[in-house]
Amino acid sequence: MAENNSKKHTIIVWLEDEPGALNRVVNMFRRRAFNIESLSVGHTEETNISRMTLSVIGEDNHVEQITKNLYKLLEVVKVTDVTSEGALIRELAMVKVTADNPQSRSEIMQFAEIFKARVLDVANDSILLEAVGAEDEVDRLFGLLRRYGIKESVRTGRVAMARGSAAVAAI
Amino acid sequence: MATSATGTHAPQLDEKRFTPRELNGARILCECLIAQGVDTIFGYPGGVLLPLYDVLAEYPEIRHILVRHEQAAAHAADGYARATGRVGVCMGTSGPGATNLVTGIATAMLDSAPVVAITGQVSKALIGKDGFQETDITGITLPITKHNWLVMETADLAETVKKAFVIASTGRPGPVLIDIPKDVFQGKTFFKGYPSEVKMRGYNPTVYGHVRQIKQAAKMINEAERPVILSGWGVTISGAFDELMELAERGDIPVINTLQGLSSFPTAHPLSLGMPGMHGGIHANHAINDSDVLIAIGTRFDDRVTGNLKSFAKNSKIIHIDIDPAEIGKNVPVHIPVVGDVKNVLQVLNKYVDKRQHSEWREKIAEWKVKDVKRRENEMSRRGRLRPQYIVQQMSEVLGGDAVITVDVGQNQMWVAQHFNFQKSRSFVSSGGLGTMGFGLPSAMGAKIGLGEKTPVWAVCGDGGFQMTLQELATLIQDDIRVKIAIFNNGVLGMIRQWQQVFYDNRQHSTPLISPDYLKLADAYGIRAWRVTEREDVARVIAEANEWPGPTIVEFVIPEVDNVFPMVPPGGSNLDALSAEDVDKQH
Ligand SMILES: Cc1ncc(C[n+]2csc(CCOP(=O)(O)OP(=O)(O)O)c2C)c(N)n1
Repeated sequence: MAENNSKKHTIIVWLEDEPGALNRVVNMFRRRAFNIESLSVGHTEETNISRMTLSVIGEDNHVEQITKNLYKLLEVVKVTDVTSEGALIRELAMVKVTADNPQSRSEIMQFAEIFKARVLDVANDSILLEAVGAEDEVDRLFGLLRRYGIKESVRTGRVAMARGSAAVAAI
Repeated sequence: MATSATGTHAPQLDEKRFTPRELNGARILCECLIAQGVDTIFGYPGGVLLPLYDVLAEYPEIRHILVRHEQAAAHAADGYARATGRVGVCMGTSGPGATNLVTGIATAMLDSAPVVAITGQVSKALIGKDGFQETDITGITLPITKHNWLVMETADLAETVKKAFVIASTGRPGPVLIDIPKDVFQGKTFFKGYPSEVKMRGYNPTVYGHVRQIKQAAKMINEAERPVILSGWGVTISGAFDELMELAERGDIPVINTLQGLSSFPTAHPLSLGMPGMHGGIHANHAINDSDVLIAIGTRFDDRVTGNLKSFAKNSKIIHIDIDPAEIGKNVPVHIPVVGDVKNVLQVLNKYVDKRQHSEWREKIAEWKVKDVKRRENEMSRRGRLRPQYIVQQMSEVLGGDAVITVDVGQNQMWVAQHFNFQKSRSFVSSGGLGTMGFGLPSAMGAKIGLGEKTPVWAVCGDGGFQMTLQELATLIQDDIRVKIAIFNNGVLGMIRQWQQVFYDNRQHSTPLISPDYLKLADAYGIRAWRVTEREDVARVIAEANEWPGPTIVEFVIPEVDNVFPMVPPGGSNLDALSAEDVDKQH
């Protein structure tokens, strides 16, 4: 597959909460040899409906195939590719950084402030931050923190929502 | 308890059926299957299925065919489905019974055959505990079913069965699997009857094509100078035999059938060009290559059809009509996609397609065809040898258009595809997608049961494929299933031998295989059998075997070395097919 026209797509999937539904989605990607960059899933305003945000890299027609194959899954109610719609994309990260001297401690606190990251916990030799933002913001924060030593980190992967008052829901 | 098979119990039964009452899961399943119109289950019992087998006798409307291996149950259900268009049902117990179904389910999946597979599962409390004969069959079959369910409550059973049949048989058909724990069969619930409808929010197949797209397609067809139709199994699934004929004849458009699409258009029709691709006619492959518009209908551009994609139909604009949107643009870029049920789409399309004559184009194709005709003549006439091509041609003459032919996989499959004269829809049953050896006999068994007394059903098998599922001979006898078997005995795994000869410098390995004495084997089962070694006997024996009131076996002893031509090397361009002469030159 030529990678030249590849770009990162954000796809939102609404699916019914049936046992194994998540498994079916993930399995479809594996079987069709599509790669998932990140995946996040949770409940929605509607009972029995989960919302999944998938981030995948591929050419447009490749992503179109992904969409069509998602629709073939019985639990999948709706799929939208919000990549070109300028949707807001956020990620939540938690990171535990080594901070074993006053200087690193204060620098980390400064970065936290700049990036609007919350300090969730402070221990003798580490600080636990929570950051919410666009993927590249989180990337940059992580880049700055790396030199102090990241002891542990977790990122949710993308979640996305369109701007404006129009709601994109499962129906 | 068991209701007798007299006519008088029918009203009582109905009353019983429509009165809401408490029933166990096993009886609910039977009630639902009967309400759904199921008349046959191909199955095999086992521990967790015993609550079901315990009540089957109460439901004489359902015929249970005891196969000899669950793989055959799945293939039989599949053959039943393909030959009739109705959903086929198979069943196996938990663990090995379920896994034995897997090959058959995958076979049905790749050829979009409507099959409902029912598996028993260990009791709910044992699930996930590696209980005796527990296997995660919904996990295993996830990628090879259209959908599957593990039913955890007896109360969910009726609705699940309804969903299963709807999904298996509508949209693009396919196999589904219902896994039922033992205690769900045993549990009782109030049964309110089989639901007439079910809601599935995420399931809305597009059956009507978009009229604007159809009009555009018609315009493209009307403007074409060198149009050609490529018709696949989807045409047959949707029952569009007549509509395809109308399109072809109105527009004077030559029709090429994929392997699975054979029998969607009469082989002997003047517009028929037969099969394309790896073993397709030179003229068919050239027609696709030189066409200006390719109308692909109910087909998915399999690699055996297209050859190297870079050189496939590179001069053509492609119209693709299919019910599955995910097929559009999957393998080849398409100019005009039309998503919808083929029959519906063609009915609308035909209104907009002009009457045309394409004499020049057809003459050009006829020129290419000369080579094909020559090859066929050669294949028929080599004296003194009993050649398979001749046998198929004789079968076709003797059986006429009535018979249904199921094939196994390998050279035998291709020879039937190339030389049988198909006249009616669903008269050819073949595992084209998965290419499952061992499919021929059990699928014929299912087809025969589905079609009944009047329609002759012949299974054509190689000696390799036949030996993969020959245990089913016993099933034929036990249930008086009058399948006619033709074994093409060449003493080798012919198609593999051919590939080793052509692509591996004739280094033969693991291709010779011995067979039992088929006459003795048949005798052991009490099946009437013939061995044919001479050309003169072919027609007579086929007629005799066909007439015989019971299952029969005809063993044709054919040469070890005989090849299917033309042959496009895998991955090669369809225009670079090898002929017998090319291969002779190699050696
Ligand atoms: C289950 C299975 N195993 C292996 C193959 C690979 N295969 C394709 S054709 C073939 C040879 C078939 O030999 P035979 O049944 O004797 O038929 P012939 O080609 O001689 O007509 C084999 C082994 C297959 N298609 N299916």
